[in-house]
Amino acid sequence: MNSSEKRLVEPRDFYFGDGEESALELDCGRKLYGVNLRYETYGRLDASRTNAVLVLHALSGDAHVADYHTMQDRKPGWWDEMVGPGRPIDTEKYFVVCSNVLGGCSGSTGPRSINPQTGKRYNLTFPVITIRDMVRAQKRLMEHLKIDRWLAVIGGSMGGMQALEWAITYPECVRSAVPIATTSQLSPQSIAFDWVGREAIKNDPHWAGGDYEESAPNQGLATARMLAHITYLSDESMKNKFGRELQESEHYSFAFQRDFAVESYLEYQGRRFVERFDADSYFYITRAMDYFDLAARADGNLAAAFRPAQAEFLVVSFSSDWLFPAAQSEAIVRALLRNKLRVTYCEIASGYGHDAFLLEIETLGGMVRDFLRNQLREVHRAG
Amino acid sequence: MPDELFFGYQVRPDQAVIAEHLEPGSRVLDLGCGDGSFLAYLRELKGIRGMGIEISQSKIAECIAHGVPVIQGNLDAPLTFADDDSFDCVVLSHTLQETRNPDLLLREIARVGRKAVISFLNFGHLSCRLQLLLHGRMPVTGSMPYSWYSTPNIHLGTLKDFRELCAKLQLEILRETPIVHDFSGLANLWPNLFAPSCVFELASGADNHS
Repeated sequence: MNSSEKRLVEPRDFYFGDGEESALELDCGRKLYGVNLRYETYGRLDASRTNAVLVLHALSGDAHVADYHTMQDRKPGWWDEMVGPGRPIDTEKYFVVCSNVLGGCSGSTGPRSINPQTGKRYNLTFPVITIRDMVRAQKRLMEHLKIDRWLAVIGGSMGGMQALEWAITYPECVRSAVPIATTSQLSPQSIAFDWVGREAIKNDPHWAGGDYEESAPNQGLATARMLAHITYLSDESMKNKFGRELQESEHYSFAFQRDFAVESYLEYQGRRFVERFDADSYFYITRAMDYFDLAARADGNLAAAFRPAQAEFLVVSFSSDWLFPAAQSEAIVRALLRNKLRVTYCEIASGYGHDAFLLEIETLGGMVRDFLRNQLREVHRAG
Repeated sequence: MPDELFFGYQVRPDQAVIAEHLEPGSRVLDLGCGDGSFLAYLRELKGIRGMGIEISQSKIAECIAHGVPVIQGNLDAPLTFADDDSFDCVVLSHTLQETRNPDLLLREIARVGRKAVISFLNFGHLSCRLQLLLHGRMPVTGSMPYSWYSTPNIHLGTLKDFRELCAKLQLEILRETPIVHDFSGLANLWPNLFAPSCVFELASGADNHS
């Protein structure tokens, strides 16, 4: 694509919660004042306001789901192959909304924002937020955009958690939900990975209890990212991508610098991540995922937790995803069926591991495209 | 046997008969639903709220295109996605012969459905018997067009065999509808000899799991 074909999108801000009444009430019992949500929209809301699709991003994503911010940008948004004119989430048919999550570091209010009550950064005094708190903030944005019901809420990984949360917390606002490569409850293994990632940040001398200013704990954050990145790949995809290839030499160095291509790749991923992500945000977002446990709200009964839900679901998992394995999606599907909801479930055969939700665009995209088309058709038929 | 087109969906003759057995607006589970066209047909014809079980990823994608809810699943494993008596009717069309454990699957069908409608390919059909008798080879027919070494049909049986299995599993057969082409009179008199397949309606539900 040459630069003249680049479609541009402008990020917007939605600010709310200055007053006592409008402040955001959180699961932890605290209230958040002066909340900003950074968001982007694509396509046009139709006259009946029924073609709105909410895209929900994962841990390291942001509001920039598609297109470019400037002509100089080298890379488009994080799900550009999925969202755009003629793409599976077709912006010629749907009005697509994506916002940076509460607690994030890409424009929305998070731990590095200024606390309006003190005039200083929150850092670790920022309230610990949950996935449901993120969704509560998105609900405010929905009201601001004067949308009554999403045609679909769609997200992978942590985005899938938000999609499930939407369907339970605001059932009347969700016509359909597409949780992809996700879980209803973070497993102890995933909690463990999150913990080690945060420990790496804590052990960075620049961390300063989260109150870093001039120099951020980038080494710790990069280590956390490298660890997490391993969990997004699969043994198979690493074998295919790197094998035991050496990066710069024909021979082992017989030292501890990076020899292998896979080491070099992880180092690169860590380095790139710290350019766009913040260590304190990493704390808050991973904690929100740790606490995510839908069944816990209904005495461990996941089916009971889904009782309020009304949406039609398309649940997708990937065969080589060992972070949120297919069995966790199947548990969601069983719970949804117990509530007699319309559910479709597919475990897509893929070697890409958890990251498949960003890479298996052809298969996943085909399913999402057809699912959305039928949702819109039914809205028109009913309406 | 040519498939007929209804509402733009292709429906086999046995499926057309199965459709007659189903109540309008009922909740139907189609095991091995393929591309979902039968469930889409039932939706248009009778307002049936269907759900399919299908193992193939590409078929699931076609079900999604047809707007038919489908769960990826394997009929050789227990139907863990479905609670007891959670469907008004379970449908299995020309599929039992492809499963590893037809008897266990029938038990599962009885568990999750209030009733079942099953179309069964008849290996006791005259043309099968003649091919085996006169040519001494495994029969190849229009509805069983495979060579013996590459067939997915690993558990073929006759209508008589099927009735005996139902009796053994204490599943009451409420109705039998032979699928007939040429010799309709004969097929109705002696289905095991003249009907290439047959649709069975089975009583299932609460009485059978005690």
